[in-house]
Amino acid sequence: MEKKAKYFGYSITRDRQIDYDANNHDICKIIAKAEPTLNLCISCGTCAATCTAGQFTDFSLRQVILLLRRGETKSLENEVSKCMLCGKCQLVCPRNVSTRNLVIQIGKALYDKKLSAETVNTK
Amino acid sequence: MTFDLFVLPFFIGLLFLLGVLVVKYSRWIAMMDASDRVKAGMALFSFNLLKTVNEIFLESLLHRRMFKRNPLLGYMHMSFALGWFLLIVMGNIESRVYSGGHINPPYYPIFLKFFIHDKRVLPFEIFTLPGFFRFTMDLILLFVLSGLVLAVIKRTRSKWFGLKRTTVHNSFDRWAITSLWLIFPMRLLAESFTAGIYKGGGFLTNTLGSIFDAILPLEYMAYPAWWAYSTMLGIFFVTLPWSRFMHIPTEIILIFLRNAGIDQGKYPGSFSEIEIRSCPRCGVCIDVCQMNQAGLTGSTAVYFIRSLREKLPEVQLNSNCMMCGRCLEVCPVGIDTLGLRIGARGVDNKGFASDFTYLVNQPIVEKKAEVVYFAGCMGHLTPGVKRAMLQIFEKAKIDFTFLDEDGSVCCGRPLKLAGMKEASLTLISENSAKIKNTEAKILVTSCPICYKVFNDDYQLDGIQVMHHSVFIYNLVKDGKLVLRQTDLKAVYHDPCELGRGSGIYEQPRNVLKQIAEVADVSEERVNSLCCGGSIGDLNMDAVKRNLIRDKALTILCESQPDILVTACPLCKKTFDSGNATVVKDIAEVVAENLALNKLHKQTVDMVKL
Amino acid sequence: MGKHVVVIGAGPAGLETSASLAKLGFHVTLVEKEDVSGGHLKKWHALFPTLLSGKDALETITKGLDSSIKIQTATKVTGLEAVNDYFTISGHNGWQEKADAVVLTTGFQLFDSHRKEEYGYGIYENVITSADLEELFASGKAFVNRHGNKPERVGFVHCVGSRDEKVNNLHCSKVCCITAVKQAIEVKQLLPDAEVFCFYMDLRMFGRHYEELYKEAQEKYNIQFIRGRLSESTEDRDGNIVVKVEDTLLGKPLRIKVGLLVLMAGMEPAPDTKPLANMLGLKNVSDGFIQPLDEVLHTNSTEIPGVFVAGTCSGPKSVSDTLADARSAALAVADYLKS
Repeated sequence: MEKKAKYFGYSITRDRQIDYDANNHDICKIIAKAEPTLNLCISCGTCAATCTAGQFTDFSLRQVILLLRRGETKSLENEVSKCMLCGKCQLVCPRNVSTRNLVIQIGKALYDKKLSAETVNTK
Repeated sequence: MTFDLFVLPFFIGLLFLLGVLVVKYSRWIAMMDASDRVKAGMALFSFNLLKTVNEIFLESLLHRRMFKRNPLLGYMHMSFALGWFLLIVMGNIESRVYSGGHINPPYYPIFLKFFIHDKRVLPFEIFTLPGFFRFTMDLILLFVLSGLVLAVIKRTRSKWFGLKRTTVHNSFDRWAITSLWLIFPMRLLAESFTAGIYKGGGFLTNTLGSIFDAILPLEYMAYPAWWAYSTMLGIFFVTLPWSRFMHIPTEIILIFLRNAGIDQGKYPGSFSEIEIRSCPRCGVCIDVCQMNQAGLTGSTAVYFIRSLREKLPEVQLNSNCMMCGRCLEVCPVGIDTLGLRIGARGVDNKGFASDFTYLVNQPIVEKKAEVVYFAGCMGHLTPGVKRAMLQIFEKAKIDFTFLDEDGSVCCGRPLKLAGMKEASLTLISENSAKIKNTEAKILVTSCPICYKVFNDDYQLDGIQVMHHSVFIYNLVKDGKLVLRQTDLKAVYHDPCELGRGSGIYEQPRNVLKQIAEVADVSEERVNSLCCGGSIGDLNMDAVKRNLIRDKALTILCESQPDILVTACPLCKKTFDSGNATVVKDIAEVVAENLALNKLHKQTVDMVKL
Repeated sequence: MGKHVVVIGAGPAGLETSASLAKLGFHVTLVEKEDVSGGHLKKWHALFPTLLSGKDALETITKGLDSSIKIQTATKVTGLEAVNDYFTISGHNGWQEKADAVVLTTGFQLFDSHRKEEYGYGIYENVITSADLEELFASGKAFVNRHGNKPERVGFVHCVGSRDEKVNNLHCSKVCCITAVKQAIEVKQLLPDAEVFCFYMDLRMFGRHYEELYKEAQEKYNIQFIRGRLSESTEDRDGNIVVKVEDTLLGKPLRIKVGLLVLMAGMEPAPDTKPLANMLGLKNVSDGFIQPLDEVLHTNSTEIPGVFVAGTCSGPKSVSDTLADARSAALAVADYLKS
């Protein structure tokens, strides 16, 4: 379909809506199982305020959690790799989210997803 | 007669064991780094070997560290290890006496009393060579049996042995220990029965033999007893390589390698494999583990190591540890439990890709100074500590620069504790460059976590690393700070990374003693408790952490102090949230109680005179 | 012969409960540990949403007290016991009385902001609490910060000690959001040129005319609302407070300097509540606030017949809610004593 469109000299712009129905929600479930405190986040942003990585990059754990909950996992790739695991976020979180484990679980789940995608492709 | 069929279970078991050990040892040697192999080879032919032999004697046979922990526990282990060792050595010499110095087959000394039946001659028996051996061998057997009695008592009265909780063993270990426990009573019975028939044996076996002879048909019972004895030995040898008793032949190798200067290196590797198999599952680490207070009894070092050995590592188990090092302190084998944990985490977290390229080309602090101060990430959440340090610098007229005034780049220790060593190297090199750029002579940090990694892993070209408690101690010693004595009653909490991790116990106490009366705490210095806030744990939730914190607070506040003083921003924040007493950092207590400096004080004193 | 009720705690809840009970014909003794009645209201300059003066409010409430009411001040209750169908209450100074019913109106305690060390209270001079600010307003002194300057910027931090499990307070204190809006307006009235910021997680403008006050703060006073919770603050060399927060709606960390930072300290259970509850044998006080018999239907009764609660000892409330609760408690007591 997209290829055809190209021949006619125009392309379809993907709209910017979160396509909640089409998105992958399995990863969020896997991570919430590994670190249930994920569900406690109230998006106050204290973690992002104190975060060193957030000073230099657009990394925000609050945003990562929201993207995860909406199934926007594509934009999550390479996000948590900026985290230094220093633990400040865990110390300031008013809801006692285990942020460090959450970050590790997100990183690992995305890596596993990448791996499984690669094995599917090579098959 | 030098052979009988009954020796076969023992003999086959022994050959089997030796075969397995040869295979295992060769595999470990093959797995070793080439450089480590050279080190090990050199150590075989150096004076170091004497040190190794001495340590093997002290630890593997005498169980010195066990004795230190609890004399009864030490005696129990010693009677088994040293007793059995002496039985083998003396048995060999004794058998040589009968064989005229010839080398005998390995089963011969073990079952000597089956083959040789000297009649007991009294009263000068002990002055004859065979008599002397009969007496000594019985004595040693009695020594081993006394240990066995203690081992049985320990099952129900572990508290007498200094253990509140003991290891829960799996069925395989239970088989091995049953055969081990039966070996010596069987030997006693077999030797006594034979002694009863031939009126031989030493003071023990002869006496028992006469009694048995009066009530039992020994001629029918002696031979089966020898079979039973041999069978128990055989079972024990066959089960040994897969049971906890593998620690017996492995600990010797571990001691040797350690003395050869070899450490864990890459994980998994031969050193870690050897460490894992050196764990006797004695369970000394169980009582000291604070994870018990959070109900996480399964993640104690002994079970963690067993899971590694059984190749059933669980992520939860690997990550649920505060890395406080209390188990390391008590382990009689000296296994690097923390290193193993870091290694296992490295495997778990392999999929986690770190990328710190954004840190490159960051602005560098331009100001040069004698002292560079690094508050650390946590330090920014305890502004009281930060401000106190700035006041102290000012008061002591220190030429300093504040490296992380606008926020810290993490020191790398948390990543290292999570097993992500590679990733931590980027942070280490970024911070090192910044630190060196200040051209300082001393690096002062308020955070014991940073302090530990600065010391262990940073190459700072001669810049001296100091925790602020030591820096303050030096200032006070040099008269640059004068403290005021108050009537406060304080207790001091040793942060894990500063105390056990870095060996700093006295300086903060000495400073505190000049301000307040410092009460003793039942668990302090090397036995200090973790606050529960540790970044060493990757998994535990806040509810469990609070349980650990509250128990530690209860113990710290037993003497009802006015103030709980610590030297770590993380400990401070954790204890503070427990809301049990006033919690302050040593720097804050110092800043609040600065007197006039010494020169002024002298002048004031002179005016007073 | 009228029945006797002892009310413990002479803040707005205790005063109003006593007044109502007296009007219903009961003999009332109102016990107060402090020398003067009035509770926290004594120190509060003005009340939302109308900016009614705290002094006037207290005067009006106190005026309602019947002369028959015995006010036992400077008496800390140390004994409280249910004996058959009555209660004996005794104080530290030997005072002792019997009562047919007891009303607990022990109120709340202001969260100790030192416990949020990262916000700098008690460390940086220009970090104060909402209570400190009320005192400053009430004093009528010039509005300057601790360095004697008129602050060019003032920041208000919502939820200090509320909705924060790090200090073991999961609950919302209800009144801080609207108090911040009220205080922000008062600051603007005193310093029209100052910029005022509120840092919030959620704005809970649930009461009548709260939303209007919020709108007024925007419309008339141009107060800025930034959605993000403070992680920490530092002090710059001029004594300004540098605040770190994430502007969550923009998704970027934000750093801002203010001349004065006001912490909206939340409500915690009063320290005296739990010991009193323990003396009576009330069980549901795990978080320090007393749990009423039913949170929907029986908000003033407790699991022990004859023991009632009113005001903030059963959870955070505004002054108006407290007064209404106090009157409702009086009716519940009457119901109990007449049956």
